[in-house]
Amino acid sequence: MQDTAMLDAVERYIRGEMLPEEKAFFEHLRETRPEVDQLVVEHTLFLQQLNKYGEVHQLRTQLKDIHLQLTENGQIEPARPTIVVTLWKKYRRVIGVAASIAGITALCISGLISYLSPKVSTAKMVELSRRLDAQENKLNKVVSNQLPQQGQTRPVAPIDFKSGGTGFLIDGKGYLITNAHVVNHATIVDVQNSQGEYKARILHVDPTTDLALLKIEDSSFHAASQLPYGISKGKAKLGEDLFTMGYPRNDIVYSKGYVSARTGFRGDTLAYQITLVAYPGNSGTPVFDKDGEVVGIVNGAAPDAQMAVFAIRSKNIYKVIDDMKADSAFLKTDSDFVRLHVPAVSQLKGQDRIEQQIPKIEDCIFIVKSNQ
Amino acid sequence: MRTETNEQKLLEGLAKNDRKSIETIYRQHYNMVQSLILNNSGYPDDARDIFQEAIIVLYEKVKSGSFELNCQLKTYLYSVCRRLWLKRLSQLQRLSSDVENLEESVPVEEDLELHEQRNLDFMVMEQSLDNLGEPCKSLIRAYYIEKKSMVEIAADFGYTNSDNAKNQKYKCLMRLKKIFSQYKK
Repeated sequence: MQDTAMLDAVERYIRGEMLPEEKAFFEHLRETRPEVDQLVVEHTLFLQQLNKYGEVHQLRTQLKDIHLQLTENGQIEPARPTIVVTLWKKYRRVIGVAASIAGITALCISGLISYLSPKVSTAKMVELSRRLDAQENKLNKVVSNQLPQQGQTRPVAPIDFKSGGTGFLIDGKGYLITNAHVVNHATIVDVQNSQGEYKARILHVDPTTDLALLKIEDSSFHAASQLPYGISKGKAKLGEDLFTMGYPRNDIVYSKGYVSARTGFRGDTLAYQITLVAYPGNSGTPVFDKDGEVVGIVNGAAPDAQMAVFAIRSKNIYKVIDDMKADSAFLKTDSDFVRLHVPAVSQLKGQDRIEQQIPKIEDCIFIVKSNQ
Repeated sequence: MRTETNEQKLLEGLAKNDRKSIETIYRQHYNMVQSLILNNSGYPDDARDIFQEAIIVLYEKVKSGSFELNCQLKTYLYSVCRRLWLKRLSQLQRLSSDVENLEESVPVEEDLELHEQRNLDFMVMEQSLDNLGEPCKSLIRAYYIEKKSMVEIAADFGYTNSDNAKNQKYKCLMRLKKIFSQYKK
């Protein structure tokens, strides 16, 4: 074939395989016939590319081979990091981004929640027990030194009473109610009013209602047959007039106010909020309505508002007593307790506050002094 | 000085496709490249591909007559691999910040541009050959790449004589040229 022969000639010419005469003839042919010349140029280029392809292809094969061989011989690191490491390396940025997004989202959500939720003061309610100062202690020592110390069960040395509150009788036989936080941790408790100072025993402390029940156990204490006031089992009405008598000082202090909210600190349904003046030492103070019925027991004040005082609802007293009466182990320690009678009705209804109510109530209210 | 002359020899060996020289280059520099790739979200297989491509870039460079590396072989290979890997990363769209520059690097953009052109030619030729089908592919390979004589080829491929083989080869070559020029476009 003509074409086959021609291409063969071109290839031999490119490779320089031609004999001199043949070459001279071919070059002459190239000069005279442009299509031959074009074929030579084109074919040269093509062969070059084919050649390059061949070389690179060979190199690639060789490299793959070398890689295998070197890996087998251990001359290059076979470096196979563990899957965890590889995954970590591959995804650490993704993980980082995801974690930051999660973190930011969490922060935003908690921020939103705290922004949108009603503002609640994180401060605690202020308890109104008081610290007894040195002056008062001295006074107490004098008093206790003067008192005849008969049938002593207590060390002769005068006791340092460190804190105090107020308590009030719920039974003429000497049962008193005060706040749990007034006598909490105390081992020795005394009660005192204008009639004298008496030793008392803690019968029960209920931290849930913040109420404590004490009993005066002192030979010099004369039991009263009937209390002038009653302990209300009902609810006080919003706006109802109230008054308190307590011992923020060593003298009894009278105060007057009204029910300002149906619930106590942070919506506490066991208590009321009342508005009147109260001081440290007023903890345990009974809150009376206009008929002289105890409707509550002062136990604290709002930390950030003036005159916002909280009082435990009086019906909690009944609850505490019922709990104690159900406790047979406790009943063995106090034989009188079964006969405890809490008056529900006040004798002071319709009486004049200054002339009758206050003087009658006064004797039933005591300073409660605790050694802790 | 000694390393320079040594490297010079290695490059000359590479140009001649000398296995010993290539092996030496491989042994001396592969681990460096592998740690570069592994430290930058790559796998050992990626390291192998990148390193071998870099060797080809180097091969093309020395083949085109410039044995002169104006830096150490290590630096050159490192720079090429780093650029190649950066490009691969952007193609893979793996989430990655800039590849850490562990070693000093030299600008190699020009060499890589040339390489890319050549690589394209390589791919076109490979595809053309693949498209050609058997026995043409093997025939062309045997004659033009492995440089076997027509007599040998006739024996290998079972042609009655070398003229027959030559005829067959001619037909194959014409077809390859046609396919090649089509791909080229």
